[in-house]
Amino acid sequence: MFPPLPNPSTTETAPRFSEKDLIRRSASNVLAPERQLTEVAKLIDVSKCIGCKACQTACIEWNDTHPPVGAFDGAFENPPDLTPDMFTLMRYSEWDNPETNELEWLIRKDGCMHCADPGCLKACPAPGAIVQYSNGIVDFVHENCIGCGYCIKGCPFNIPRISKVDHTAYKCTLCSDRVAVGQGPACAKACPTQAIVFGTKDEMKQHADGRIKDLKSRGYLNAGLYDPPGVGGTHVMYVLHHADQPEIYSGLPKEPRISPLVEAWKGVTKYAGLTVLGVAAGIGLLHHLIMGPNRVTAADEEHAEELTEGDSHGRR
Amino acid sequence: MTNSWTDIRNTDLVVIMGGNAAEAHPCGFKWVTEAKANRGAKLIVIDPRFTRSASVSDLYAPIRQGTDIAFLLGLINYCIQHDKVQWDYVKAFTNATYVVKEGFTYKDGLFSGYDEAKRDYDKSTWDYDIGPDGFAVVDETLQNPRCVWNLLKNHVSVYAPEMVERICGTPTDKFLKVAAMVAETSSPTKAMTSMYALGWTQHSKGSQNIRAMAMLQLVLGNIGIRGGGMNALRGHSNIQGLTDLGLMSNLLPGYLTLPTQKEPDLATYMSTRGFKPLRPNQMSYWQNYKKFFVSFQKSMWGDAATPENDFAYDYLPKLDVPGYDLLRAFELMHQGKMNGYFCQGFNPLQAAPNKKKVIESLSKLKFLVIMDPLDTETGRFWENHGPYNDVDPSQIQTEVYQLPSTCFAEDDGSLVNSGRWLQWHWAGGTPPGEAKRDTWIMAQLYLRLKELYTKEGGAFPDPIVKLNWPYADPGDPKAEELAQEINGRALAKVTDTADPTKVLAEAGKLLPAFAALRDDGSTACGCWIYSGCFNENGNNMARRDTTDPDDAGFYSKWAFSWPANRRILYNRASADLTGKPWDPSRKVIEWDGAKWSGYDVPDIVPTAKPDQVGPFIMNPEGVSRLFTRGMMRDGPFPAHYEPFESPIVNPVAPKVRGNPAARVFKGDMAQFAEAASKEFPYAATSYRLTEHFHFWTKHVIVNAVIQPEFFVEISEQLAAEKGITKGGWVRVWSKRGSVVAKAMVTKRIKPLTCDGKIVHIVGIPLHWGFTGAAKKGFGPNMLTPFVGDANIETPEYKAFLVNIEPAPGPAA
Amino acid sequence: MNVELSRRAFLQTTGAGLAGTTLGALGFAEIEAAHAAAIRSFKLANTTETRNTCPYCSVACGIILYSKGDLRKGEQADITHIEGDTDHPTNRGTLCPKGSALLGFVKSPTRLQHPMVRKPGSDKFEPISWEDALGRIARLMKDDRDKNFVARNNDGATVNRWISTGFLAASASTNETAFATYKVVRSAGMLVFDNQARV
Repeated sequence: MFPPLPNPSTTETAPRFSEKDLIRRSASNVLAPERQLTEVAKLIDVSKCIGCKACQTACIEWNDTHPPVGAFDGAFENPPDLTPDMFTLMRYSEWDNPETNELEWLIRKDGCMHCADPGCLKACPAPGAIVQYSNGIVDFVHENCIGCGYCIKGCPFNIPRISKVDHTAYKCTLCSDRVAVGQGPACAKACPTQAIVFGTKDEMKQHADGRIKDLKSRGYLNAGLYDPPGVGGTHVMYVLHHADQPEIYSGLPKEPRISPLVEAWKGVTKYAGLTVLGVAAGIGLLHHLIMGPNRVTAADEEHAEELTEGDSHGRR
Repeated sequence: MTNSWTDIRNTDLVVIMGGNAAEAHPCGFKWVTEAKANRGAKLIVIDPRFTRSASVSDLYAPIRQGTDIAFLLGLINYCIQHDKVQWDYVKAFTNATYVVKEGFTYKDGLFSGYDEAKRDYDKSTWDYDIGPDGFAVVDETLQNPRCVWNLLKNHVSVYAPEMVERICGTPTDKFLKVAAMVAETSSPTKAMTSMYALGWTQHSKGSQNIRAMAMLQLVLGNIGIRGGGMNALRGHSNIQGLTDLGLMSNLLPGYLTLPTQKEPDLATYMSTRGFKPLRPNQMSYWQNYKKFFVSFQKSMWGDAATPENDFAYDYLPKLDVPGYDLLRAFELMHQGKMNGYFCQGFNPLQAAPNKKKVIESLSKLKFLVIMDPLDTETGRFWENHGPYNDVDPSQIQTEVYQLPSTCFAEDDGSLVNSGRWLQWHWAGGTPPGEAKRDTWIMAQLYLRLKELYTKEGGAFPDPIVKLNWPYADPGDPKAEELAQEINGRALAKVTDTADPTKVLAEAGKLLPAFAALRDDGSTACGCWIYSGCFNENGNNMARRDTTDPDDAGFYSKWAFSWPANRRILYNRASADLTGKPWDPSRKVIEWDGAKWSGYDVPDIVPTAKPDQVGPFIMNPEGVSRLFTRGMMRDGPFPAHYEPFESPIVNPVAPKVRGNPAARVFKGDMAQFAEAASKEFPYAATSYRLTEHFHFWTKHVIVNAVIQPEFFVEISEQLAAEKGITKGGWVRVWSKRGSVVAKAMVTKRIKPLTCDGKIVHIVGIPLHWGFTGAAKKGFGPNMLTPFVGDANIETPEYKAFLVNIEPAPGPAA
Repeated sequence: MNVELSRRAFLQTTGAGLAGTTLGALGFAEIEAAHAAAIRSFKLANTTETRNTCPYCSVACGIILYSKGDLRKGEQADITHIEGDTDHPTNRGTLCPKGSALLGFVKSPTRLQHPMVRKPGSDKFEPISWEDALGRIARLMKDDRDKNFVARNNDGATVNRWISTGFLAASASTNETAFATYKVVRSAGMLVFDNQARV
């Protein structure tokens, strides 16, 4: 058994990392940190996942979010999409394997991937609203968030959601508060089958190797690790039985990468990030770049509206 | 469970059938994923639905609900036909060699002795030939055509793969794949574990479903070994404990049975219970029955239980029927024969079958008392909730008390898990409002009743006023006091029977274990199988030492496991006739020439010679039973019977409807749809989902969020045929009621072909009601039939007939 | 915090009011000062831990109750979090979707808090004291028992049974509750007695 996460201590402890360990800060420059933290990662082995949603309820309880009770709409996803109150979501896909003619029920825990090269952070025009620590955690700082929704545009995985209540963006923090005191994320602690494990990124890759070997021995010849290079690798990785077709797992992108337009915008923030004026101007530019000059339409405005006003059901 | 959750790590093959461990027991299922990841174990799931257990399986085989016996006897037939039998085990540890009496027959679905009018059997022919020496006759050569093995071989021969497909709808190629994997575990170095739950019990032949798998496991030599066993996952956190403690109409604690009215005194009562061995040298542990019984009576009535009054034998009520189970209780209520009813943490309005009958029954009571931490539907059965509880309160005269009790977090005490571990827990929070512990409520009620009887007299007050109530605060017994009472105490000095100079317990001291129990009134013990749980060493249920030598999975110093802290039942069977483990890598205990020792506490006396004393010490034979004599009401072998409501006529016994020995109350038979009904063409089944626990977690907002609303599951084919859309409303109705639900249209349920006919399956999860945080919903029990298993009366929730059509949503 | 500021309002004010500001006018230092800690303080610090087991299924996972206040010190204890116990051999700290949300059971808005009575024909529950409720229930029990107790059957055999009142016991109460219940129910001669094992 992979060593389980220890019980939390109730003694007050100083956090093991802080602002001093930032390697990126949206729309700002940071000084190179004095130390490099060991990179952490969460490994989600979909072949061990039983789709029980313990990760979802543990996440709600730990993060004190309050998603509303919804309705059944014909699928197992509940809520139907990620929301500002639901940072992680089990997604279910019934897939007929054309090679075996057998049904496979592919269940994937969706949520922030904590990209090494975070598109959200790069797209973010608000100074310090999104930060990245040298251990790999990408976190949102709500005090600094302006609710513009560009983090969603920048995210190759469509993860952040904007709250209707405080008009700021929310997503998985990798339980930075738990990791800071030597714990693992609440979902990883809870996961009944250790489909979610947490440790250093190297440990996780090593653990994944063993899992992939087991899957290959069971006939899943394309089993593999999902740690996509297009975003510099991620600090949330998947073991997939069909790693050659990530898209069958409820649309996990095959080759995720940050839009080149966001990369272009990154250069602008070097200056614009220092002034609020620059933010305003920059947003205009980004908007222009992403949407294209000829396609700024009413639908676009509506879309922006939806992002900012935060339809809690998100986009289906 | 014969084994424990942590032992599943030692298996090579997991068969989940009659359960859905990944959804209903996710953290126990962890040990399946561990066995797969670390030992290369395989997982087979056999279920009408492609469940979340199936989603991580190596092989999934569909089966029509209610046909498990045909499948399992088909597997036994396959093993016999392909010589995949662990012969040494079968010959030594089962009754395969025992010769059955002349006159025992099985024909057209019926065993010898059937009385159609009584729906019952005369079981006199269901027994062994007894020789002049008083022992059962055996034929070690297995040549006698009447020996159990040959009778079994013949009995299962009808369940060839083609017949399995015809009955179960399981394609032959799938069945053969399952059979080949299962049969491999007949090797002494391979283990298979059976993980089952209410998917097997909730049928009119539920007990025989389980027997069929137990027989297969014996043929394969998988009982008593690490990674093997019959593992009943059990539904609730202490349902094992409540059953162990005998909270059933016909039980006394520790699986002793309540006397019947044909047993006027202790001597008559004992005459059918202290079984003499049926083979030489066998332990036949029930020979100690009287010690357990007398100690229980002393625990109940203390000084009022004396040898002169048969230890207060008359204080026990005597049964006139086999049992007053839940179904009989509601039947009696429905007939107007009951006046009062208590529900302690139980919500029968949601949980019992045929909800309409339950509402009518509760409405006829004079009083109903609810003790619960939550606002249950049963407590509000008289309240109108539109279509969800369509009653007129003014017409219901029942007086209802709703008493708030504490929950787990506010209460100390022990619970017994499915692996028989008694684990202590501690209160961590202040109860809300005026909520009280159940022990306080029961004590307060008792003291008031006692006071009334003391002051006023009345009907036979003795058992009430003389009840032993030895608590420091009689109005609020402490959990530790009750736990010690359950463990038992010496009332006089108890010495070793073999060596009277050796004192086992001084008067007044807690008993070390059940071996110290006596039948002369010198010991008191609430529940013999728990004895040792709280002795002079302290509260063993609170032990938290996680030592596990060689990572074998026993954790013998964690909590306390009944009986005698044994972690694997029948562990003697893990070793061969010389006492060597069948598989050295899977050692449980081993004979060193003088005694047994190993990871676990041996079943048998540590000095019992391996070639003499059999492992199945509770049976007078010392071996396990492939043929179960007269122990079961519906036959010494399992046989395939259709559910009472069935989409096809029984292919192996066309004239038999349902289980021929199951009890059916007058009036209920008329409420069953006929076999192959055109009016109710679809085979329905009810079940839990992983997001919820019964009717409790709809009171938890977070669980309501992750599964908010009642729905039914159907195949894409049935949806297309009926014009039902994903998420659209449907009406589902049976001969007993109707529900409205949203539809889940899925590839995970597929139509089956049974006896040449397409059978569509309708799946109905059970978690919704009209109280709590989730959306109001009906649940399946508006539809389910009022009939139970022939042996233990568990209702047939898993297989019944319905019809379905698209519908508008429920009227507000 | 810009909780009150929607994106448009924010853009409007900055755009209109500060359009002429040069790059250096808003000091970098000020933005730094406004940047608060992203990492939440650890919410279990200084809570009291109590070992318990999950009340749902029979895997019986070990759990830890975290509370403000300590019952063992005679204090009021308010449970603020529940998490799996890694020391437990079976669950190793994990919990299922029900177990992970156990706090919501303890704190459920539909927890019963006070004894209530619904009178015959009434359409509502009314509060009642424990004393009155228990007294009345004991009286109902005794009256029914005295009236319907069967001391002897038709054959004259002593049977001492009471079947007009029944008791349905729980599925998650402790062994200790079960035994206390057993004593009270059986000593009264009740036979209509069952638990949730079948269901």
